[in-house]
Amino acid sequence: MTQKDPKLLIQPGPQLRQEMTTPVVMRDVWYALTPATLAGIWFFGLGAFLVLLASIAGAVLVEWFFSPQEKRRYFLGDGSAILTGWLLGLTLPPALPMWMAFIGGAVAIGLGKTIWGGLGGNLFNPALVGRAFLLATFPIAMTTWTAPGDFFSIPSSVFALPLMQGEVDALTQASPLGLMKFAHKETGFFDLLFGNTSGSLGETSGLLLILGGVYLWWRRDLDWRIPVGILAAAMVFSSILFLIDPDKYPGPIFSALSGGMLLGAIYMATDPVTSPLTPKGTWIFAIGIGLLVILIRVFGGFPEGMMYAILLMNAVTPLIDRYTQPRVFGRGLDSK
Amino acid sequence: MAKSQQQAYDEFIKGVWRENPVFVQVLGMCPMLAVTNSAINGIAMGLATFFVLVCSSFFVSLLKSFIPKQVRISCFIIIIATFVTVVDYTLLALVPKVHKELGAFIPLIVANCLILGRQEAFASKNTIPMAMLDAVGMASGFLLALVSLGGIREILGEGKLLGFSLFGPNFEPWVIMILPPGGFITLGLMLLFFNWVEERKKKLDAQLAAAEGGAD
Repeated sequence: MTQKDPKLLIQPGPQLRQEMTTPVVMRDVWYALTPATLAGIWFFGLGAFLVLLASIAGAVLVEWFFSPQEKRRYFLGDGSAILTGWLLGLTLPPALPMWMAFIGGAVAIGLGKTIWGGLGGNLFNPALVGRAFLLATFPIAMTTWTAPGDFFSIPSSVFALPLMQGEVDALTQASPLGLMKFAHKETGFFDLLFGNTSGSLGETSGLLLILGGVYLWWRRDLDWRIPVGILAAAMVFSSILFLIDPDKYPGPIFSALSGGMLLGAIYMATDPVTSPLTPKGTWIFAIGIGLLVILIRVFGGFPEGMMYAILLMNAVTPLIDRYTQPRVFGRGLDSK
Repeated sequence: MAKSQQQAYDEFIKGVWRENPVFVQVLGMCPMLAVTNSAINGIAMGLATFFVLVCSSFFVSLLKSFIPKQVRISCFIIIIATFVTVVDYTLLALVPKVHKELGAFIPLIVANCLILGRQEAFASKNTIPMAMLDAVGMASGFLLALVSLGGIREILGEGKLLGFSLFGPNFEPWVIMILPPGGFITLGLMLLFFNWVEERKKKLDAQLAAAEGGAD
């Protein structure tokens, strides 16, 4: 298709070449996620890999379906749909039926991104929108955690026919947060760090998630204030609770390493589209998430609160941005 | 004769499709979202609204020259409320189970903006036959929307349609579909579909017109 009036006018040089484009950032996040993903697949077996693929396929297909005709040539686009499907897949239980993961990916892109106007227009983190939809739609399947098991044995629930229930034949086991909340049993520090616990596909190996985060920080793809703020707020808050009653509340280290805390803090809350722009706003955003997570985990009905904490703070991000606008230089105190 | 027949047909069909009260005018959202968690509730609500709309359009059109302009809204409401009361007690007597499911939304038909809107915009300005055609068309469009929304939500939310199981006992219900968010999501997707069809039609018409213009 030829354009009648060109949208882009190129002037003669000198020109500034931008190294950091959207596809580059997306690819950096892929690299950062790879170790933790491989560890998840290693612990939970090939079934987990299939769940992840289904989620990515749902995201990519819907992205393609809703793209304008002329953009469909670039099938994989800028890589953001793959990343959304990937991140969603990492938050899913490893024995989830593939068709549910596919629907989750489709909803993540369809309701989480394209109806807001595509990349950059969405108010909420798309992957978490997909997960929230799945959790509300299939509450039982989304909270059935399987224990890490044999690499080659795939739970038959993964292959459940579309619209049908999956029979979980693998060994089920409550996640560390569930054990904490309902049985007051604390999972060991090293298990949490290396990922040999039950839980979502990619959230279990804390060490590799941190490693990926450090890579992203080194590549300047991520605002360090967000993960640091979230973890600090969550640890301080849970320390206070722990000091009040050590038998009842989990300690700060457990709070920081268990559940989706690291995955959410490093890879989801830092989404540049849905987090505040100014440093001051970023701190408010991060501390808000940290406090909300502990609040939901300790006093709420769910064992895990990372998803809702991030979605809630996503919702107030425009407000934070409005109130933390820096003063315009040289225009007096009341200028905004 | 043929011309007036065409006009009558237009008045009827516009409510079903082109000016569908739900998908195009986005009226009557309150019962639309609240009671459509199953197809049967959608049908009951649709039929109740159908009866009230047709009867009140008839009477408003009949009495239009006697209603003073200053108090017309109150007069319309009184006429509508009469028929809503009739529907309320009829449902209570005949199908108490459905009446209980629909609950407060039957009395609320009085406040359905679709019904009042048709009285104000059409019945009070047109002859009785035209008002009836318009009312039947609009009510059918509303019924159609309620049944399709209720049907989709029931199929996905419970694996059933009108109470008959479609997928067997192993069906995994989509819990969100019978909850309020499911209503919003489904309705949103249906609006999206209607707008998409409309856009496409406009685009095709424009192309057709351009092609004809080029031929001249």
